[in-house]
Amino acid sequence: MSAVAQGWLIPALTALVAALFLASLLIGPAAISPGESLRALILGDAGPLTVVMREIRLPRAILGLLVGAALGLSGAALQGYLRNPLAEPGLIGVSGAAALGAVIALQTGLAAAFALALPLLALTGAVAAVSLLLLLAGARGGALTLILAGIAVSALAGAATALVLNLSPNPFAAAEIVFWTMGSLADRSFTHVGLAAPFIMLGAALLLTLGPGLDALTLGEDAAEALGAGLTRVRLVLVAGVAAAVGAATAVAGAIGFVGLVVPHLLRPLVGARPSRLLPASALGGAAMVLAADIAVRLILPERDLKLGVLMALVGAPLFLHLIYRTRRDGGEGLR
Amino acid sequence: MSLLALDRLRVERGGCPVVDDVSFAVAAGECIGLIGPNGAGKTTLMRAALGLERHSGGSSLAGLRPAARARMAAFLPQARQIAWPVDVETLVGLGRLPHAGGGDREVVTGALRRMGLEGFRYRIATRLSGGEQARVLIARALAQEAPLLLADEPMAGLDPAHQIAGMEVFSGLAAEGRAVLMALHDLGLAARFCSRLLLMHQGRLVADGPPDAVLTEANLARVFRIRAFRAEGPDGPVVQPVAVLEGEA
Amino acid sequence: MAGPPERVVSINLCTDQLAMLLAAPGQLISVSHLAQDPRSSAMAAEAAGWQANRGKAEDVYLLAPDLVLAGSHTTPATVQMLRRLGIAVEVFSHAAGFADVTAQLLRMGAVLGREAAAAEAVARFEADLAAIATDPAADAPRAALYQAGGWSSGRASLPGEVLAAAGLANVADELGLSAGGFVPLEVLILAAPDLVVSGRPWAGASRAEERAAHPALRDAGRASAALTDRDWVCGLPHLLGPVAAMAELRRKLQAGE
Repeated sequence: MSAVAQGWLIPALTALVAALFLASLLIGPAAISPGESLRALILGDAGPLTVVMREIRLPRAILGLLVGAALGLSGAALQGYLRNPLAEPGLIGVSGAAALGAVIALQTGLAAAFALALPLLALTGAVAAVSLLLLLAGARGGALTLILAGIAVSALAGAATALVLNLSPNPFAAAEIVFWTMGSLADRSFTHVGLAAPFIMLGAALLLTLGPGLDALTLGEDAAEALGAGLTRVRLVLVAGVAAAVGAATAVAGAIGFVGLVVPHLLRPLVGARPSRLLPASALGGAAMVLAADIAVRLILPERDLKLGVLMALVGAPLFLHLIYRTRRDGGEGLR
Repeated sequence: MSLLALDRLRVERGGCPVVDDVSFAVAAGECIGLIGPNGAGKTTLMRAALGLERHSGGSSLAGLRPAARARMAAFLPQARQIAWPVDVETLVGLGRLPHAGGGDREVVTGALRRMGLEGFRYRIATRLSGGEQARVLIARALAQEAPLLLADEPMAGLDPAHQIAGMEVFSGLAAEGRAVLMALHDLGLAARFCSRLLLMHQGRLVADGPPDAVLTEANLARVFRIRAFRAEGPDGPVVQPVAVLEGEA
Repeated sequence: MAGPPERVVSINLCTDQLAMLLAAPGQLISVSHLAQDPRSSAMAAEAAGWQANRGKAEDVYLLAPDLVLAGSHTTPATVQMLRRLGIAVEVFSHAAGFADVTAQLLRMGAVLGREAAAAEAVARFEADLAAIATDPAADAPRAALYQAGGWSSGRASLPGEVLAAAGLANVADELGLSAGGFVPLEVLILAAPDLVVSGRPWAGASRAEERAAHPALRDAGRASAALTDRDWVCGLPHLLGPVAAMAELRRKLQAGE
């Protein structure tokens, strides 16, 4: 069954992402006909429509794709490594710590002086959080340890972010706590794409190499190690990959939660639960989910910047509760 | 040819030796039972032999690169973990990870047949019973096709028929020129199916030889603090523990 | 109240400045700390001569005022607390146009017992405004006010009246937002304004302000100008400065065409 599913799943997800990418380009607060939009995008002229298509909608769609892929892939990789369907960059505080790094880079003026400081400090925050979590929860640690450690890291990062924004001399900064905790792609430009894309692609390339190691971990650490998985390397690549992908995504889009939880959960049955197959599928699924959510926020409240995290939490939190209930019912394997 | 050679292997935890000065070699064709009471150091010995545990002394496997070691030795840990609801074919196929190259499907089919699991191929592994999962995991280790198989209590939790069938598979592997080193608690199975027994006590290797030479009354009394009924039956030796000996533990 | 108040404390940026304009010497004893901040106050230099307060009931009470001047944005809890402590509080609402400038000057004059000074300030303001104000011509350059967070003020607001008095057409009015509203960046760009007027960024960083620096806005190839918040936050005669500056920009734009 899984072999058959694998055959159509990736092309189907790719088609879905392509369709949503196109829809993201065509839907916006300014009502423009699709034909006109695409002509302005592709052919271009000096008019404002080309500016709108090329500098507002195109970077937004590209970022939706990249950020979603980063979050979906990171969720699948973390879950595979920890063998725990509840692991998710947002829930366990990795996104929060990345947001803290980004906020520090922006408010200290580092990012203004040196543009790469923004993704790099976000990445540093993410590395610190992932390392701390792996240290506390360990690869053997159950869901309970992981979630508790995640709550602590999230709370700490959230409080520090609020503190930095409140201390800012900028009167608008404090109101943006919600952006950093909920995430948004509104009014991002190619500057942001340029800052995030290299890190996200590097992180994704690293995470996609983890397939065989994560597959082997299905059998537990000892068996995986004896199968030649090289867990020390797996752990290093995981930390680096998740930090680069989530760090860069959060630096430009804020912390968007639940993508890494919902997407692997929905796709796992379709890949026969095999962690290596879940990785590329979750990258595509994450991209589709964030693109869809970003289209939805523009349809629901076109003139206001409704945060993506609001939609994701509305979908994701009930699923999270359901997962907790199910892991408990299934003998608590996930909740040791 | 020696498939595993341990030279004065020693593992310490908190200053106490858990495996103490153990040396032996495993040759092709051997089916070795590693016996000893709880806490004798059997699991630690196997993990250290594979290089999964910090140790001093030498193990011919521990120095290999992970991929090369995985082609030399398969390991079946005591904890039977199946983290995700994958199907049996996928799970058994994980044994092929160290091998680059084709023919995986045939190997998986062979391993399933050997463990009598042909009908389980497309079942979801996590939904099987404990004993069925144990057999699937043995099949996974078989699919690794390594010359040496290290198995930590592979027969625990299996019904009698599957215990006997499993032991026959392992002794069959040895007969094919591979080697098996398995930790066992069932002295009866050890006596009947193993060509050689290693007896551990408090981290030390205290006896090494054919079953009748290791399972002596004195060794059973000293190491396990039991008395056993021992006899030679028509199907081979019979060892059945019957009483716990009084005295200090 | 028997006579004019003798110890007046202002805890709102706009009442600070109105009071500094009109109060008799020694009558106003403290202004809010914002009045001394050149980023928010048009009278920061003057305000340096007054004791600053942070607008909390406790530090205001210790100044022993007989009148407190507050804005409609002042925390209701503070106002209620001060009234419970027996202190008179006059609350001024936010000025929404030039008419409010006149009305608030007159009201502040009445409250402080400085009617003559107020009448004089009003007369000067109205004369100066009449001297520089022009109605937008039919072919007037079209300007958009684009403030932090994407807010665009329309005709019925203080910044909107500044634009109009400078002879500029307001894009927000074209979009049907005469009272102002949030305008998505792409809608603003498609409206193709001749001039985008945004707030001058504060220190630190915020996404709200980053929007006005979006490369798309720059590449739309329009003129842009930045005004500091102090220029038009409060309904003061100082608004004439921005009116003159905007009118100058308008003349340049028209000359360039």
